[in-house]
Amino acid sequence: MAPILETKNLTMQFGGLTAVDNINFKVNSGEIVALIGPNGAGKTTFFNCVTGVYTPTSGDIFIAPNKTSPQRINGLKPNKVTEKGLARTFQNIRLFQNMTVLENVMIGRHIKLKSGLLGAIFRPKATMDEEQKVIQDSYDILTELGLEQYVNELAKNLPYGAQRRLEIARAMGTEPALLLLDEPAAGMNPQETKELDEMIVKIRDVNKISILLIEHDMSLVMSISEKIFVVDYGKLIAEGSPDEIKQNPDVIKAYLGDEDA
Amino acid sequence: MSDILKYFTVKEMKKSLVMSLWFMILTFPIMVIKVNTIEDTVVWRWGNLIGIGIGAFFMSTLWRYLLERKNMQSPLSDKKTLQIRVMDWANENPKAKTTALIAVGAFMAAFPFLTSMYQTSIMTTALMYIVLGLGLNIVVGLGGLLHLGYAAFYAVGAYTYALLNYHFGLSFWICLPIGAGLATVMGILLAIPVLRLRGDYLAIVTLGFGEVIRIILENWNDFSFGPSGIANIPRPGFFGMSMKLQTATIYIYFIMIAMVIFTIFVVRRLENSRMGRAWIAMREDEIASESMGIDITKSKITTFALGAFWAGMVGVIFAAKTTFINPASFTLWESVMILCVVVIGGMGSIFGVVIGALILILLPEYLRAFSEYRMLMFGAILVIMMVFRPGGIISNIRKKYKFEPTQNSAESSKEGV
Repeated sequence: MAPILETKNLTMQFGGLTAVDNINFKVNSGEIVALIGPNGAGKTTFFNCVTGVYTPTSGDIFIAPNKTSPQRINGLKPNKVTEKGLARTFQNIRLFQNMTVLENVMIGRHIKLKSGLLGAIFRPKATMDEEQKVIQDSYDILTELGLEQYVNELAKNLPYGAQRRLEIARAMGTEPALLLLDEPAAGMNPQETKELDEMIVKIRDVNKISILLIEHDMSLVMSISEKIFVVDYGKLIAEGSPDEIKQNPDVIKAYLGDEDA
Repeated sequence: MSDILKYFTVKEMKKSLVMSLWFMILTFPIMVIKVNTIEDTVVWRWGNLIGIGIGAFFMSTLWRYLLERKNMQSPLSDKKTLQIRVMDWANENPKAKTTALIAVGAFMAAFPFLTSMYQTSIMTTALMYIVLGLGLNIVVGLGGLLHLGYAAFYAVGAYTYALLNYHFGLSFWICLPIGAGLATVMGILLAIPVLRLRGDYLAIVTLGFGEVIRIILENWNDFSFGPSGIANIPRPGFFGMSMKLQTATIYIYFIMIAMVIFTIFVVRRLENSRMGRAWIAMREDEIASESMGIDITKSKITTFALGAFWAGMVGVIFAAKTTFINPASFTLWESVMILCVVVIGGMGSIFGVVIGALILILLPEYLRAFSEYRMLMFGAILVIMMVFRPGGIISNIRKKYKFEPTQNSAESSKEGV
């Protein structure tokens, strides 16, 4: 079976700087995969290439959601990539602050809806049914992530941890095959991190969504990921199971520096 | 009482004192010295100086007090604003709400018969600004795109009717949709080049666009008759009936009332639709909304097109109402005025825009006695508004949804509603 996400020789250059250098990368269906590396290693750039924010300089990105044959998604706009089944969250929270929590998730459902201008004005039965359904669906997603008590709050008024969860809820609204989480545990305390840990595993098990996460919190990475990729200076320096990564001399060197130096 | 007193510390008083001294120095040349050139004497009006000193001191104290009080309120406090309390009350008493709406409707319907033609005419202008404001509100309030060339679309509508009528004798009712349609097309044409622009850059390009349209109209004599404009544009007809001026004024008034109702109806529905939500998401965060699958290109084009649509329609009515148009009616000032209606009324809020238009258009008319100070007051109102109510007079409140309490979420949904 084809991997759900695969990149071949992915390279992204900004002028003379090569932020992502020839990365071959693979996420299989149903896996939780982590991408780690020191600050400035090119993790977020990699994310942005995959989700269409940047068009990669060279190389290929293929996705194969729901056991379909792989499709090349280089250079597609972010909204098209999302339609193909990739959803993401952001490192620095980017919620729609002045919309309610429910509406944030409803925006996530946007691509699953059809009604247009005339539907909005004349409100035929199809549109009304669709609206009812999206409200209920969004509410269900919020309930699943334990956010239902905030349903009518403005997103900006939520506590930090809840905002992080809302970002995930919003991404889940798009019904992705693969969820990309950019530092979901940033700024969370150990208790919140633990809850997040359980939540991510639950999303994978219950909703059958594969997960790719960038994370600095090693306890989270080591406890939930099945496979870890390590990048440094844009290059992939190691890949393997958490135990293998812990022993890998290149990884230790990247994080702690050379012993001889 | 002691709550209020704690704001007036010695430090604050000192600051106010400095402020009043500063004002006295600043206004000294114009308020105190008066040169009489005929008799070659200088009159020193010291009384004015004292007046300004005391006035500035009190105004400064008041300003500081209000500012301090505003800062004291935490944004998350449960204290409900007057607006929310009124809204809650209206939701709890649907009957009172209906009664109020009927009363307003009855008043508006009776208005032209109770007042003079002059009153009816300025009310029609105010109604036109309501529709213009609601149209611009789609672009600025919902889409978050700063648009400073809105009057251009207004001009397109007005000139469409004037020219089609002049050359082909087309009637008002035929030109109304054509004017709106042409303005919409112009909206799309403008939207395409500005797709990649945001904020300041977008404002500059739209401002330029507005001026380009006006300058074309001013200079292309063969097409638009230049600065002299087009006169004798017929008023709207009613099945070929000829009307006296007074009847025609009332007739246009009711056309405008119908337009306002139509606009509010459509905009309200758009606001809480899939499309409207996409616009608001685009306003809140362009990158995030794109990542959630919203087509930014499409959203931007639809906001510009729909915004222009209303301007075109009102433009046709404007031409029919004044029976004479020239490019001077569509200057940058006009765009700024409409933008002020939206910003002061409350961005994204329909009721706010209605109130904003009524205040901004009717107040100067009724304050003609102070017309010399009009701009001064306008400026002061804008500054005060931006400091104390940055969201506008009536800020936009998002729709709340109720959920059937299920077993495990019974408590939470009670809280959430």
